[in-house]
Amino acid sequence: MEEPATPGEVPARPISIAIAAMGGQGGGVLANWIVTLAEQSGWLAQSTSVPGVAQRTGATLYYLELLPWSGGQAGHGTPPLALMPMPGDVDIVIAAEWMEAGRAIQRGLVTPERTTLIASTHRALSVQEKSVPGNGIADGGKVFEAARQAARSLVAADMAAIARRHGSVISAALFGALAASGAIPLPESRFEDAIRSTGVGVEASLAAFREAASGALAGADMARTGLAPRCAPEMVAGHSDVLTERLGQRVLSLLPAGVHELALAACRRLAEYQDTAYADEFLERIARFQGLGGIAVDGEAGEVLFEAALRRIAAAMTYDDVMRVADLKTRASRFDRLRREAGLERGQILVVTEYFHPRLEEVCGTLPRALGTFVEENRFLGWLLGRTFARGRRIRTDSLPGFLTLALLARWGRYRRGTLRHAREMQHIDDWLALVRRFAAKDARLAIEALHCRVLVKGYGDTLAGGRGKFERIMQAAQALEGRQDAADWVRRLRDIARKDEDGSKLDGALATVHSFLSESSRSPPG
Amino acid sequence: MAERSFAREVAQLRLRAGEEFRGEGIVAITKALLQCGVGYVAGYQGAPISHLMDVLADAREILEELGVHFESSASEAAAAATLAASVMYPIRGAVAWKSTAGTNVAADALSNLASSGVNGGALIVVGEDYGEGSSIMQERSHAFAMKSQIWLLDPRPNLPSIVSSVEAGFELSEASATPVMLEVRIRACHLHGRFIARDNRRPSFPLAEARANPQRDTGRIVLPPASFAHEQDKIARRWPAAVRFIRERQLNEHFPVSGAEAGIILQGGMFNGVVRALQVLGLADGLGRPQIPLLVLNVTYPLVEEEITEFCRDKRAVLVAEEGQPNFIQQAIQSVLAQSGLSTRVHGKDVLPMAGEYTTSVLVEGIRGFVGRAVPPHMRPNLRSPPDPGPVLAQESVRALADIVPSRPPGFCTGCPERPIFAAMKLVERELGAHHVAADIGCHLFSILPPFNIGATTMGYGLGPASASAFGAKSGRRTISIMGDGGFWHNGLTSSIGNAVFNKSDGVILIVDNHYAAATGGQDLPSSRAASLARSTRHPIAEAVRGVGVGWVREIDDTYDVSRMRDTLREALGTSEDGPKVIIASSECMLNRQRRLAPVRREALARGRRVVQERFGVDEDVCNGDHACVRLSGCPSLSLKPSSDPFKEDPVAAIDQDCVGCGNCGEVADAAILCPSFYRLTAIRNPGRWERLRGWFRACVMELVWRASRRRPHTGPA
Repeated sequence: MEEPATPGEVPARPISIAIAAMGGQGGGVLANWIVTLAEQSGWLAQSTSVPGVAQRTGATLYYLELLPWSGGQAGHGTPPLALMPMPGDVDIVIAAEWMEAGRAIQRGLVTPERTTLIASTHRALSVQEKSVPGNGIADGGKVFEAARQAARSLVAADMAAIARRHGSVISAALFGALAASGAIPLPESRFEDAIRSTGVGVEASLAAFREAASGALAGADMARTGLAPRCAPEMVAGHSDVLTERLGQRVLSLLPAGVHELALAACRRLAEYQDTAYADEFLERIARFQGLGGIAVDGEAGEVLFEAALRRIAAAMTYDDVMRVADLKTRASRFDRLRREAGLERGQILVVTEYFHPRLEEVCGTLPRALGTFVEENRFLGWLLGRTFARGRRIRTDSLPGFLTLALLARWGRYRRGTLRHAREMQHIDDWLALVRRFAAKDARLAIEALHCRVLVKGYGDTLAGGRGKFERIMQAAQALEGRQDAADWVRRLRDIARKDEDGSKLDGALATVHSFLSESSRSPPG
Repeated sequence: MAERSFAREVAQLRLRAGEEFRGEGIVAITKALLQCGVGYVAGYQGAPISHLMDVLADAREILEELGVHFESSASEAAAAATLAASVMYPIRGAVAWKSTAGTNVAADALSNLASSGVNGGALIVVGEDYGEGSSIMQERSHAFAMKSQIWLLDPRPNLPSIVSSVEAGFELSEASATPVMLEVRIRACHLHGRFIARDNRRPSFPLAEARANPQRDTGRIVLPPASFAHEQDKIARRWPAAVRFIRERQLNEHFPVSGAEAGIILQGGMFNGVVRALQVLGLADGLGRPQIPLLVLNVTYPLVEEEITEFCRDKRAVLVAEEGQPNFIQQAIQSVLAQSGLSTRVHGKDVLPMAGEYTTSVLVEGIRGFVGRAVPPHMRPNLRSPPDPGPVLAQESVRALADIVPSRPPGFCTGCPERPIFAAMKLVERELGAHHVAADIGCHLFSILPPFNIGATTMGYGLGPASASAFGAKSGRRTISIMGDGGFWHNGLTSSIGNAVFNKSDGVILIVDNHYAAATGGQDLPSSRAASLARSTRHPIAEAVRGVGVGWVREIDDTYDVSRMRDTLREALGTSEDGPKVIIASSECMLNRQRRLAPVRREALARGRRVVQERFGVDEDVCNGDHACVRLSGCPSLSLKPSSDPFKEDPVAAIDQDCVGCGNCGEVADAAILCPSFYRLTAIRNPGRWERLRGWFRACVMELVWRASRRRPHTGPA
């Protein structure tokens, strides 16, 4: 297989290749294939890496130089090859993850004079991005803009998906894209030979290699490079027959055309959560926003207000409680999904263990209002039940005792309206909406921001309590700000801070600012 | 040795004369040792020299055939002490470790060795962990060489040069009765290249012969008056002998250019970078032939003064390309020139930076500065500007990346058993407030990074608990110190545990036992659970800890039990018992576990045997997008995906296919009372008949329930 390339003139410069990857992605496999490719073509090849501790999931870089020249023997007398990339002087950059492509561009490795950038558009989120409560995911579109300007040519596609489709590794897809890019002047068959000669998982690797190489790369699919910040309102999965004709008619007559689809989705969600009467209750709450402060139903401001109201009130009314979770956990469609997730075929057994840790509050919340209050206020019962629920529960939903218990709890949801939790939630919602309506009468923008603040109230246990606390504090600030020109802006600012603030300290700081300038302006009213 | 197999590399060790070796620099060194007739090899693993140890550990057969003794030393100090075999006997020996961390540990033995001098060649291979990819403090091994008069080789970073410097190193050691240090940088260790092999050689003086005919000479022992004589001998005899050998054998290389008025003196390890910089500047051709003369110091200590003066005599200026600080070589050259009365101007750290790695870009800038000041125009007819990424980096779209590209430091692997330990520590911290946490060296040090942010200092391998000594008094809030099983056996048993017992320290000591030296590549330890043919394993840490006098010991054999972990920590922080409180938290390193079990599982599946496999999942519609689970985990396979629910816009948690089912997610959700969205899937492939029947019956009942619920009316309040 080995044949000497033309000895002749020493090329002025080697082909330099940087592979930007994360530890554990197998960047070394790709480097080995490239070295094999070059050596089997009679070229000189050298690769280096600095794995160090980066082998454990951190960002890392492999560097290769290939010299299309066979004039010398290995070692002495051959041109020395460099051991690290020099910014501005790299011919090919291969990024095994989209943000790593961004990092390579930032390091100056990608330049319009020289560099072919081959990158996988998939994302492996960093701890930094994942930890943010809310949405902290970096905008992949910005990497695309930078890549288009920085690279001489760009090959970008979801290489991880290609690899997955063929049960192979991302290196195989990247190697295919490298072959197709033409940046290394060798035929594709040579690339395939390099994969074959390593002898591990050859067929799967070749399949991924070929798909990546075969022109699937024309034009990157940018929709997949980042997570869309907000999804289009689509029909909620589940029962499609729950929406009666009557509800549909009511939506049409009540709301501006721009939000009909969202309103229908919301009604479906409500009906599916409880029943169609619950959707009616929802629409009644929405209806109370009509004609407030002269907001025209069909005007643009009306649409924005109704959109916010629909989105947030629907979410608030479908709060997460024990019955809701039990319902979601025992649906037939869920078990189908879990079997697919586990990759199980017929005749194979799936065991599903749920991790529940309901607390006393949640248990009391599911009881009828009077009983729940009684238990909460009775110290002995509280102590007894508190002990019972101090430990988490492992419930096997594939076993009949576990499944039937949860199915029964889900059924108890029919009586949700009578529970303590429901009474409290509705009270909370109605207090909030009364305030929002008061805002809407004078300042529609403030009302909209106050509606969106409800996004803070979510989850279970401590998360829910913390979120509710932040929500209440911002609502108080909103009332204090009411009447000011910048009230809506401040409420939005506070909400954005609160969404990314785990322990509430940043929100405290922002609220202190608000209160200080409010107390100042109360001393000297603006002229 | 569970992490990976080195069978391919071991095969390379068998290459015969004339055959071509293709592979990594550090494995090339390993092969070179055998070609040199080494009698024994010892060392302590750590990047970038781990593979030298790993390959030899897997090469028992070859070593036995050749009669070479190999040891995985308990520490670098133990490894360095092994070289004592070459003091009296003409046996070649080699040791290896990561430097300067390892050289620090070895310094005691090295000083004694260098004082005694050697009879057989003694080679110390140090992986210079400096610059990008390094995991330790940035220092130079050069200082150790100078203070003990150990000769220092720094060969050009290509395989033939590195291999021949191993050979030269042994000869130099024997010619000057002095141990020799071979310094190889990270990239050189991981360099893929080729060289033409020679046959392996059996040691000329077998170890058995030394054992049979023991020799002694009090003149070799470091005790007065011999120790004073040693110092005199170093200066009067060994040093000149070394300089003679280096000069005669031309270990340093001179690339002359006629009529040049300026030149560059460089460490061998800088060669490829300097030549690339010259090429980029139009000062060398495609073959790397420079237009400026080079003096390449493959031996950086001692300097051969005549070589320096000869190189500088006809030059108005020289540049010293010397990586790291202080600039020992530049200072020495300046001193040599001053003494010999030459007026050659010495540049170095004036045009090159004092600190940090000499990347190609740094060298380009430095050499450009030197050329501008000292190289006359006739010597640089083709001088050109280097490629400049500046304009690209100045573009708005590229500058915007600074705000979005997240940092990606290394972290715990998927399913790492250390993750739940730190999740438990976070929970305790929430409950009892922050404690001073002394960290150590090892995978567990990743706790200092997000999402855990635990750990205040790290003072050295096995020194975590020792570094909390000042806070050991019995009053107020206790300290927690952490140490891995690697650090424990390296140094921790005495320096940390014994020390804490003796000084009645009141602190809590957490020993993280993952059954291997995991951070360095999964090598075996005395407490490893697997039986080993070559080593004695299965020595419990708890026994050792009790043996040095610890009274309060708790063993947790399943670190994934977060609640138990948390409760034990809480107990340790609150107990009234005196002395150190030691918790030993043990679970097998997941990387090694998977590598061990994956083939077993594949085979069982292929044979149709019952196979149980677990993984975790998240119910998207139950998850609320708060990501508290991530903040207590950071597991690479626990990530986020867009919510498909228009009424919940935040991304929801999702677990990818890499999940190994360690259980941390569920345990954390439970212990921290997060949310009920996690579930564990246990897939049973090839189930038994009874299992299948039971499964069928369950499915029938569940189907009935679902049918009943579909009939449920959806109209109004019940």
